[in-house]
Amino acid sequence: MKPAPFAYERPRDLHAALSMLAASSGSAKIIAGGQSLGPMLNLRLVQPELIVDISGLAELKRAEVSGDELVLGALVTHADIEDGRTADVTRGAMRAVAANIAYRAVRNRGTIGGSLSHADPAADWISALAALGARVTLRSLAGARSMAVEAFVVGALESALHAGEIVEAVHVPARSAAAHWGYAKSCRKTGEFAHAIGAILVDPAAASARIVIGAIDTTPIVITDAVELFGGRIAADYKQRFDVRAADTLLASAGIDDAAQRHIHVSVLKRAVLEAAA
Amino acid sequence: MKENAKLRNEREFPHGKTGQGVGARLPRKEDDRLMRGRGQYVGDVRLAGLQDVAFVRSPLAHARIRGIHVPERHRGSVFTAADLVGIKPIRAVSGLPGFKISEQPVLATGKVRQVGELVAMCLAPTRAEAEDIAASVTLDLEELPAIHDMLKAREPGSALVHEHWGDNVFLETNYEIDISTALDAPIKVTREISTARQCMSPLEGRGVVATFDKRLDQLTLHSAAQMPHITRSGLAECLGMEEGQIRVISPDVGGGFGHKGILLPEEVCLSWLTMRCGHPVRWLEDRREHLVASSNCREHHYKITVYADRDGTLRGIDCEATVDSGAYSSYPFSACLEAAQVASILPGPYKMPAYRCRTFSVATNKCPILPYRGVARTGVCFALELMLDLVAAEAGLEPGEVRLRNLVRPEQMPFDNITKKHFDSGDYPEAMRRALAAIDIDAIRARQKQGEADGRRIGVGISIYCEQAAHGTSVYSGWGIPMVPGHEQASARLTPDGGLELRVGVHSHGQGMETTLAQVAHEILGVDVASIRIVLGDTAMTPYSTGTWGSRSMVMAGGAVATACRELGERARRIGAKLLQHDPASVVLQNGEVRGVNGSVSLKAIAHTWYRRPQDLPPDVDPGGLEVTQGYKPVRDSGTFSYAAHAAVVAVDPDVGEVEILDYVIVEDGGVLVNPLVVDGQIYGGLAQGIGTALYEEMPFDASGQPLATTLADYLLPGPTEVPAARLDHMETPSPYTQFGVKGIGEGGAIAPPAAIANAVNDALRPLGVELMQSPITPHRIVAAVLAARAAERSAA
Repeated sequence: MKPAPFAYERPRDLHAALSMLAASSGSAKIIAGGQSLGPMLNLRLVQPELIVDISGLAELKRAEVSGDELVLGALVTHADIEDGRTADVTRGAMRAVAANIAYRAVRNRGTIGGSLSHADPAADWISALAALGARVTLRSLAGARSMAVEAFVVGALESALHAGEIVEAVHVPARSAAAHWGYAKSCRKTGEFAHAIGAILVDPAAASARIVIGAIDTTPIVITDAVELFGGRIAADYKQRFDVRAADTLLASAGIDDAAQRHIHVSVLKRAVLEAAA
Repeated sequence: MKENAKLRNEREFPHGKTGQGVGARLPRKEDDRLMRGRGQYVGDVRLAGLQDVAFVRSPLAHARIRGIHVPERHRGSVFTAADLVGIKPIRAVSGLPGFKISEQPVLATGKVRQVGELVAMCLAPTRAEAEDIAASVTLDLEELPAIHDMLKAREPGSALVHEHWGDNVFLETNYEIDISTALDAPIKVTREISTARQCMSPLEGRGVVATFDKRLDQLTLHSAAQMPHITRSGLAECLGMEEGQIRVISPDVGGGFGHKGILLPEEVCLSWLTMRCGHPVRWLEDRREHLVASSNCREHHYKITVYADRDGTLRGIDCEATVDSGAYSSYPFSACLEAAQVASILPGPYKMPAYRCRTFSVATNKCPILPYRGVARTGVCFALELMLDLVAAEAGLEPGEVRLRNLVRPEQMPFDNITKKHFDSGDYPEAMRRALAAIDIDAIRARQKQGEADGRRIGVGISIYCEQAAHGTSVYSGWGIPMVPGHEQASARLTPDGGLELRVGVHSHGQGMETTLAQVAHEILGVDVASIRIVLGDTAMTPYSTGTWGSRSMVMAGGAVATACRELGERARRIGAKLLQHDPASVVLQNGEVRGVNGSVSLKAIAHTWYRRPQDLPPDVDPGGLEVTQGYKPVRDSGTFSYAAHAAVVAVDPDVGEVEILDYVIVEDGGVLVNPLVVDGQIYGGLAQGIGTALYEEMPFDASGQPLATTLADYLLPGPTEVPAARLDHMETPSPYTQFGVKGIGEGGAIAPPAAIANAVNDALRPLGVELMQSPITPHRIVAAVLAARAAERSAA
């Protein structure tokens, strides 16, 4: 379990990093915390010619509230969020998610941008940030573009990143005082990847709800208008109105044939709903 | 039998409990080194000119090798079976009638029979470069049907792992006593029960550094091994060398659990390679190799019927057990170690008048099954204890009552059970009663009636087992495997400054024997434990031993140390008497000095005189001096029987399938405990592994025989948060047959937890009509069973 040979660069600024990526014609991999890429290199599941280590890029470490949103640079670590070293506009939602990612050792090094780029279906941020309505900014030498997290994750371990492009920042909208948040996951053991994730951001006053069912084999199921899951109406009694059959149907139509798997996902989502309503 | 009764009557371990002798809770001496990261493992061995090896392994479970293509630039760095002229395959035969022999080539010839089988070895200055070379080698393989299901492998017409056998059965055994008398029992419960294939997963994997010393004409093999002397015998057989030409050094070892008791093809390969290349070579197992290629265990299947009376009295057990032995018979324990033992140990500590058991050791295209802590006992405990809960449910009794009705009673000791296992001592019902009281079974039943606010369901489960340990010549000679334990030897010598050196052939890889063997020596000689050095794990420095396995080391090596130290003490006493100018009959050895009526002389002074001032010795002194090697066997070598009752309380979420262990109690009887602190550690560690078996660990295979859990992200081991703070209670019923009354306890912690936890989960879910008969109990299996039960209820309604 040793990696195949690769070249290594540690650029000093984002422009240099993007230039290296552009010059590498797609055979480069970006490393930040290395918590997923490290094992994949050692297992020779990826054999890039070049590793671009972006961990020295100060531009990607910023964390600031800008208008009604929080902008987190791609290099912000899970531990930064867990420990409250970054500002928070989610009323503690992100902090709680961060605190339960893998193990502390992973959280110390793992980054929010790396987690999104890796696009592991079982990872926390792709589900949690989709539920929170976050967007990502991608940058290449050609410029920047922005998209919703759920659009960014296009498949298992597959993101919308083009060759030469990098996740620059995550933009998280502020959670209103009226919005309830619930996030639940089931893991075989502490620190393992989840085998079921449920997330809900619900605003009964506004009659709106975003729901995410994550840790399925492919991209999370993101329902931006979840009214169907509450019998056609979202109101203060949404907890009672949560429709497990509708959730089960969603999973079945996402191709999950195994009834026990669907039941676990629905039950975990129900936990998130109960947490939001608590 | 008289030996220990006499010992105990003479004195109740004067140095124990509060001192340093038998019974003292001494912190481990070796921890000063190990806990500071100063241990020296195979991976720490540095030799000039060392090069690394990576292996090309079979990607297929079953295939004919048509060709191995090595790029021109790497010729000379890659070696295949064709290069290994004169190297014999590994053969681990059993003398049991009908056993079919497998030959495991150290590098594949003709066929590959498991994923991960060694095909070629690649040599380079670093492991990474060796892996690059390995990646450049291409194999031309003709895929054959893979045999991955042991039950299908038994069917006629199955593809064959070893064609010339005609079937896939290493060994079938049959054992029967009066089963016909049980058939009219009012309670008859039949089930199929299975345990998953697991990987032992010690912190340190296997590892080998081989070098050849031309001056000594000796191959030195550094290997993470539990049984270095057996490794040497096996190497000598495969390499065609004299045993004296081989030295096996096993340095610090980071956990063995049976996995490191096996002669590895890699050990043979690297031995050959260093002699071929003329420089030291190294191979360190990585975690993927460990999971995929070399360490599998535990895969059992039972079809079992238990017969009982309405009051829960056992009338008999009828069982057909199948064990997936994998592709080859591993050295020295053989491919039938597990299955053939099932027949003799399934009845455990229970009385019954009738019994039948057929067993099959089945060859499949998986890696060989190896002994793992508990060996077959974890499986049989799981099978029988789950069945007894079903008998209890059928009889309308508490599970504890069924156990108490059938367990061997203390007044029946020593007791021969239905398979002639000879139980030396113990009070099994008392252990069970204490466990039931400690877990507070009545309070749990009351709580179950109330239900839980969070929707989870509470369950309680119990299990009990016996652990035959340190079984010796009379037991193993019948197996006819390459290894039969005889007298265990220890060497003891006083150094010129009065220190004590002990050399024993067993090894310590987590057992704390550098401490416990010193405690035994202290008990006899009174030498300060800090001044006692234990030499282990080196064939050049220790007496021959079959090594550390079967929970034997404290009984056997401890007994040998005691015996050698007694003889050494006797010699010192006679010298001391002369120095004191006393009649030898009038002096005693006490607290490290020889005492007479008019004075005393320390062992230190005696040693100084013997080595440094021999002119002070009388001319008729015993020339044997202060160095002794003595052998030891217990008075009876059929083994010690330690045991424990386990009780678990769990909370189960039937919709998500999560299981939380709320409480765990172990009431354990390991005979006289040399160091209760070390025993506690053994039990906690075993419990963690038992929880792994119960809830987490599983190596699944697909239909083509591919192992699917190839990293620790897929193969789940319990971590600190999955292991509860268990409550331990010790009983100490001495064995009548051993020094100090000790019993072997190394494996017990890992035997009972799967059964106790499964019984607890089933207790929680029984009102839903759910029954889980397969380990590990995963969330998916729980929820699938809950849904199936709900569907059955709906269709019945």
